[in-house]
Amino acid sequence: MKKCWWKILTIILIIYTLIQGFLGATPSLPILNETIRNLYFHVTIWFSMVILLFFSMIYSIKYLGNFNLKNDLIANECVNTGVFLGLLGILTGMLWANFTWGKPWVNDPKLNGAAITMLVYLAYIVLRSSISDNEKTARISAIYNIFAFSMMLVFIFVLPRLTDSLHPGNGGNPAFSQYDLDNNMRAVFYPAVIGWTLLGFWITQIRIRIKQIKNQLNNE
Amino acid sequence: MNKILTTLFLSLTTYFSFGQEVEMANIMRSNGKIYVVVAVVLILFLGFFFYLLSVDKKVSQLENKINKK
Repeated sequence: MKKCWWKILTIILIIYTLIQGFLGATPSLPILNETIRNLYFHVTIWFSMVILLFFSMIYSIKYLGNFNLKNDLIANECVNTGVFLGLLGILTGMLWANFTWGKPWVNDPKLNGAAITMLVYLAYIVLRSSISDNEKTARISAIYNIFAFSMMLVFIFVLPRLTDSLHPGNGGNPAFSQYDLDNNMRAVFYPAVIGWTLLGFWITQIRIRIKQIKNQLNNE
Repeated sequence: MNKILTTLFLSLTTYFSFGQEVEMANIMRSNGKIYVVVAVVLILFLGFFFYLLSVDKKVSQLENKINKK
């Protein structure tokens, strides 16, 4: 096992999240009721997706700087895990919306933005598989990846704030306090974000290492 | 690994015993039995983590094999 302290941290943080997430104190709010606890699971999954995609963009920029194919591999696998987390986020969001907003899919700018983001990143995956030359794939997809990340920022963080959204913190004011995120919840929310993000990186790392083994076997 | 598990278990038990009435041995039935759900989720995730760790180990073994060549 490679450098495993952060893997143990992942396990501890997630177990803490699960225990406190179910048992910790939460404010009693109408409509939300106990589903406010989804904040530790649904919302944190989106946070970790954004962090993973951000890392992917950083590695794409790095690739364009030194044309080292390893950077491209990391960028690619970060997107794969990020898209996976995004799909989980959409599914869990639909379930949550069904019981709080009445329908699985309401016409909300943030929902549509998230869906478009997923399509943008699925296009990245399709783009990669459609070019057979390795260097070319890496170069074109690195440039597309930077574009895709900026599109995501616009669709998830900018456009929903320009109009009204059912999501708290949108429609003008980007404040977190609208979640009624009291200190009890903060003590779970931030460790949860770190925990789920680290889990994402863990899975990404295993995928990267498997790909490297594959590449080495192909070269022999 | 064992140390971490014991500390986890101990912190769990202190958590459950916090703020109890005089009634005894009733933790798992209190609060609408939510603790049962928590226990199930914990078992599931511990299982997932052990599985993930073993996959990680297998990949490491493969890496070592290839690097020896």
